[in-house]
Amino acid sequence: MSVTIYVPCDSAALSLGANEVADAVVREAGSRNLEVQLVRNGSRGMLWLETMLEVATDAGRIAYGPVTEGDVASLFDADVMAGGEHALRLGKTDDLPWMQKQTRLTFARVGVTDPVSLDDYSEHGGLVGLKKALTMEPSAIVEAVVASGLRGRGGAGFPAGIKWRTVLGAAADQKYIACNADEGDSGTFSDRMIMEGDPYVLLEGMVIAGLAVDATEGYIYLRSEYPDAYVVLTSAIERARAAGWLGSDVLGSGKAFDVHVRLGAGSYVCGEETAMLESLEGKRGIVRAKPPLPALEGLWGKPTVVNNVMTLAAIPYILDQGGEAYAAYGTGRSLGTLPYQLAGNIKQGGLVEVPLGVTIRELLYDFGGGSATGRPIRAIQVGGPLGAYLPESKFDTPADYESLSAAGGLLGHGGIVAFDDTVDMSKMARYAMEFCAIESCGKCTPCRIGSTRGVEVVDRLVEGKNRKKDEALLRDLCDTLTSASLCAMGGLTPLPVLSALDHFPEDFAKSE
Amino acid sequence: MTLQEGHPAMYSNKVVDFGTPVKRSDNTVTVHIDGKPVCVPEGTSVMRAAVEAGVQVPKLCATDSLESFGSCRLCLVEIDGRRGTPASCTTPCDDGMQVTTQSKKLAKLRRGVMELYISDHPLDCLTCPANGNCELQDMAGAVGLRDVRYGYEGENHLVQEKDESNPYFTFDPTKCIVCSRCVRACEETQGTFALTVEGRGFDSKIAAGPTNFFDSECVSCGACVQACPTSTLMEKSIVDEGQPDHAVTTTCAYCGVGCSFRAEMQGSEVVRMVPHKDGKANHGHSCVKGRFAWGYATHPDRVKQPMIRKKITDPWREVSWEEAFEYAASEIKRIQAKYGQASTGGITSSRCTNEETFLLQKLVRAGFGNNNVDTCARVCHSPTGYGLKTTLGESAGTQDFDSVDFTDCVIVLGANPTDGHPVFASRLKKRLREGATLIVIDPRQIDLVRTPHVEASFHLQLRPGSNVAVMNALAHVVVTEGLESKGYIAERCDMEDYGKWKAFISEERNSPEALEEHTGVPADQIRGAARLFAKAPNGALYYGLGVTEHSQGSTGVMTIANLAMLTGNIGRPGVGVNPLRGQNNVQGACDMGSFPHELPGYRHVSDPAVRELFGKEWGVDIQPEPGLRIPNMFDAAVDGSFKALYVQGEDIAQSDPDTQHVQKALESLECLIVQDIFMNETAKYAHVIFPGSSFLEKDGTFTNAERRISRVRKVMPPLPGLADWEVTVRFAEALGYRMNYSHPSEIMDEIARLTPTFTGVSYTKLDKLGSIQWPCNEAAPEGTPYMHENEFVRGKGKFVLTEFQATPERTTRKFPLILTTGRILSQYNVGAQTRRTQNQVWHDEDIIELHPHDAENRGIEHGDMVSMQSRKGDTTMRCIVTDRMQPGVVFTTFHHPESGANVVTTDNSDWATNCPEYKVTAVQIRKVASDKGEWQQRFDAFAQQQDLLARQGFAEDSEQGSK
Repeated sequence: MSVTIYVPCDSAALSLGANEVADAVVREAGSRNLEVQLVRNGSRGMLWLETMLEVATDAGRIAYGPVTEGDVASLFDADVMAGGEHALRLGKTDDLPWMQKQTRLTFARVGVTDPVSLDDYSEHGGLVGLKKALTMEPSAIVEAVVASGLRGRGGAGFPAGIKWRTVLGAAADQKYIACNADEGDSGTFSDRMIMEGDPYVLLEGMVIAGLAVDATEGYIYLRSEYPDAYVVLTSAIERARAAGWLGSDVLGSGKAFDVHVRLGAGSYVCGEETAMLESLEGKRGIVRAKPPLPALEGLWGKPTVVNNVMTLAAIPYILDQGGEAYAAYGTGRSLGTLPYQLAGNIKQGGLVEVPLGVTIRELLYDFGGGSATGRPIRAIQVGGPLGAYLPESKFDTPADYESLSAAGGLLGHGGIVAFDDTVDMSKMARYAMEFCAIESCGKCTPCRIGSTRGVEVVDRLVEGKNRKKDEALLRDLCDTLTSASLCAMGGLTPLPVLSALDHFPEDFAKSE
Repeated sequence: MTLQEGHPAMYSNKVVDFGTPVKRSDNTVTVHIDGKPVCVPEGTSVMRAAVEAGVQVPKLCATDSLESFGSCRLCLVEIDGRRGTPASCTTPCDDGMQVTTQSKKLAKLRRGVMELYISDHPLDCLTCPANGNCELQDMAGAVGLRDVRYGYEGENHLVQEKDESNPYFTFDPTKCIVCSRCVRACEETQGTFALTVEGRGFDSKIAAGPTNFFDSECVSCGACVQACPTSTLMEKSIVDEGQPDHAVTTTCAYCGVGCSFRAEMQGSEVVRMVPHKDGKANHGHSCVKGRFAWGYATHPDRVKQPMIRKKITDPWREVSWEEAFEYAASEIKRIQAKYGQASTGGITSSRCTNEETFLLQKLVRAGFGNNNVDTCARVCHSPTGYGLKTTLGESAGTQDFDSVDFTDCVIVLGANPTDGHPVFASRLKKRLREGATLIVIDPRQIDLVRTPHVEASFHLQLRPGSNVAVMNALAHVVVTEGLESKGYIAERCDMEDYGKWKAFISEERNSPEALEEHTGVPADQIRGAARLFAKAPNGALYYGLGVTEHSQGSTGVMTIANLAMLTGNIGRPGVGVNPLRGQNNVQGACDMGSFPHELPGYRHVSDPAVRELFGKEWGVDIQPEPGLRIPNMFDAAVDGSFKALYVQGEDIAQSDPDTQHVQKALESLECLIVQDIFMNETAKYAHVIFPGSSFLEKDGTFTNAERRISRVRKVMPPLPGLADWEVTVRFAEALGYRMNYSHPSEIMDEIARLTPTFTGVSYTKLDKLGSIQWPCNEAAPEGTPYMHENEFVRGKGKFVLTEFQATPERTTRKFPLILTTGRILSQYNVGAQTRRTQNQVWHDEDIIELHPHDAENRGIEHGDMVSMQSRKGDTTMRCIVTDRMQPGVVFTTFHHPESGANVVTTDNSDWATNCPEYKVTAVQIRKVASDKGEWQQRFDAFAQQQDLLARQGFAEDSEQGSK
């Protein structure tokens, strides 16, 4: 009898040897004349356990990990096909505490199914939301999303339903859905994991968005650093077209929607929505001034919904279960769940989807298990390279939009990077300026020149020859960047710089 | 204030920059800028509203010729009820908005931005070419920058090479503030997309292609230089001479677009020509010719002294003006006494002012006492005059250039605007980028067919000489598919004529399929183009000499009028019949009575009332019979009945067809008076030289392709001492005919008195309004942007039967190719002006363009010297192989006299107006070893002889002078 073995094809697992493990499984099973059905699934998000191999047994899926190529023979020796005991045996996947504590709405299928299998997708609850949406008026779809309280997961946190309402209300011969998959924030990978692990949920979300605002074409702007996601997405799109999920007659409804993937060229700023639109149009990726809002004049000047991957991937659940069901999770104005990503100096890095409102400490310790080095966690950066550095005293802050903002930080895309007590925060401040200098599109003056001057001033400050003057100059520069920059790139760069300076002043005074 | 002083604004050196372009809207909003209310059209930026309220918000990346960009971050303001400090350039006004432009916070932010700019800028203001006219300098002052705390040791761009590859301007990257104004000007204003920003962040830099400006796609229109707020892009003339001290508004003397310019001056020396922002033809844009190629005006080749000689084999003798007038007058009198009054005549020029042209035809009609006056429009747009007068009732284009902003579909027929009318081409390309569709009808793949962000929906690549067939086929499709504007036709056109025409055009022989063998254009393309044009809400037709310079030139013009009426496309903005005039004053020269059969205002000399009107004013009896046309003058000269000719500002020996016939005619004259700024080709056959004055040296007016009369203003004294109009007046006096004018304004007053379409025109009104489109009279006191609004000038529009007849110029085994001629961007007409500028670096010889297939058949390779032979003559030129051409068709230009392009052209001409058929000559091309053909060797010998005669003459004069 054939036994199904799951080895992830997620690129985090691949970087840890998942392909070699998969090959070894096939080889080993063959040499032992065992019938194995190998499924390449997405990752469950427990990255410290990758490559995590699962076996389907009568008792459910049993997990082993982290498995390397060299472990495979011993796994077969231990009767892995029946879920046998082994040093790497983790137990039933669903019972693992990491999984138990999560509320997986968006990531429900990731790691469970074969990402490009249309059957897997339908059998695990896919398309229900879309089918419902096809019976609804566009405005009803929009209102469901408004009711869900879903906010833009790319970082700005603007209510998705309100944006859709604007696009629906704009009269035009053509409208677009533009999915921002230029996931460039340090320590974030939820977009990649969903595109590699369950691409259809994103496509379904985009089709629903199209139905909601009368758009017939969608573009996914994918960063070029995600080659595996590109392969999975394009394969999924081809299959979805062949199955009639996309195209001129979506699920036989007579309504049209198609999706195209465009690759970026390595610019962080192209994750900013207007720069992304420029790049999608084939131009230099520089930021557009707003107004006009992309919702009114977006891609090729047409009304466009620009949403992050996570935003669009949350949509099928909302249409399936209703906006209120989604809004039942979360806290205050931060409703629903968020796939948080733990990275940096952390023992158990990975992705956890929980309702908004979980505290940073819970994420760092209950999920992350503290630092990888075992030393105290001194600082974290939330929300990517433009997010604030927060000290231990702020770890009880709930990781939602409002609370983090009140604490001087920002939630961003939900990535948390941890640093232990060996970190030199002046170097992190310098790096924030340097990152801005490297990635600035160069359009506006504060960001173009200010970031380079920022690096120089931080260096002089740390050198300590004229500390008072240099600190005043750095603060003035940050003020200029914050208030005068065209987009968040320059506008938010002061956040990591000044938070480092304010919370960790001693690191800037070492020369004394 | 006297007329000579002009309107005060004409002399201002300071131009207000509103920061963002004007917005068109029916709705207005009121905003308060620092408490001052100002009412602006909806969509207007806060910045522009502020300037209109008299408040200057600091800015660097904004300028009112370009859409807002929002990059410099100096123009930040505070708006009640809004977060942060939005940029005033990118924020549209909302009704009731309260804006604060100055506060402590804003001042600190602006200073912070400025401090960053200056931390990466050389501190050499005192020796910088922009010193005194630099926006960066101004802004540093405006925001009160006192200290750059970053120091100057940080990373910077201060050590970089200057790009001096362009002959007219330099690019100094060390001065660049990366505001992108140049890049945006190249895109938005010019539409060439030659510039870009390379790199990102601090490494962002302006780049013109991979090497330098000269080798890039740049067409040297100057828009980038104009837009640059610093000295990064700077005219070499300013680098050499310094900043101007005053400016005078005047009109370009090149093509029929008639761009308004500010001549920026130091004393009486021009240091820069800058396109005038308020110029209604060009709205602040320019091309390489008008913007930069004005140095010919002071070129050493300028003739400054009158000269006379008895025979053309005699040396020239420099004489006083008095002697020249006396001699010329005595010769005219002698010849008239010997050969009769009709043995003399004159040719006016489309390059001279309306006033000068008017005077010359007046001189011929009143002073010579005959109607032997013609103009160079004879050889370019005379069919336009005839065709449009016949069908619509007025010999002029129907629209203004602004009309193109409202068009939905454009047909460009027999015109190459990006080369011939570049400033209009930029407007057109802008509209095409906004979504209007384009149909190009041209034998060549001209640039408009496919250029950045513009692509023609159809390129009907017809065989030269088949315009009428293609236009008939288009009309056939419209009529037979029921796409015509029935209501419009019924209301506005003569239905009897229409009925006849409809029956004619519907015949199968006018179908695209039937005509395909003549046109070479696949029938389905013609059908597609016809449907596209007929269905467009606003369809406009633009055409040039590719229509008129044919044996069916007038028929071609009438096919255009027919199609426009058929589709209801005359009488409102966005539509119309638009002749693109070749020279600056073609329209004006025609308006001014330059044709032998018409007095000013297109009134026939056979009309006794008209003759009486003019005769009374001029105190003479005007002859009732039309005089000789130019080709008739040549024929009569060869026959011996035409003996004296006064040619003003035209080089007929180079520009007219069948050069050898023209030369023979000129050699037959006993008195040829040439008035020109240079010793041109015609001057080699002359007996009297009246040195001419350039457009910078005289007052007057030009009338452009949109009937726009614009002032030409004297910015420097005439180099020969007299302006052209004064020369004609003095010459007339010597003949015994008195003309009383103290200023050209008085000539215009006389024109206004005598011409119904000009009655409201005066210099005072021109100063007030800037320019006026005729008709300007009681019915239209401020002029007429578009004509035939409610009815056609002739009453009912007339559909004329336009039977296609192939030209007699046929290809044979001996002459298997068709030559068609035209021009290129950098040179102008016979090149007399542009060849004496650095425009030569782009085109220092005329070149034959040949299709690869025809080249292959003849063993010709790119760059080979080839001989081109027609039934009329042969010449030798270099050739390039390009698939812009279609097989069987070759192309060349006539900018250089030694090329002899017109040695091969024929004496075929338009059936109605004698406009020569420059566009179709059967030729053979073969590879040759030598650089020069037989004609060219004779040309060289004659040129050398004439040059020697000139130098001999001067040597004798100076000897006499020393005695």
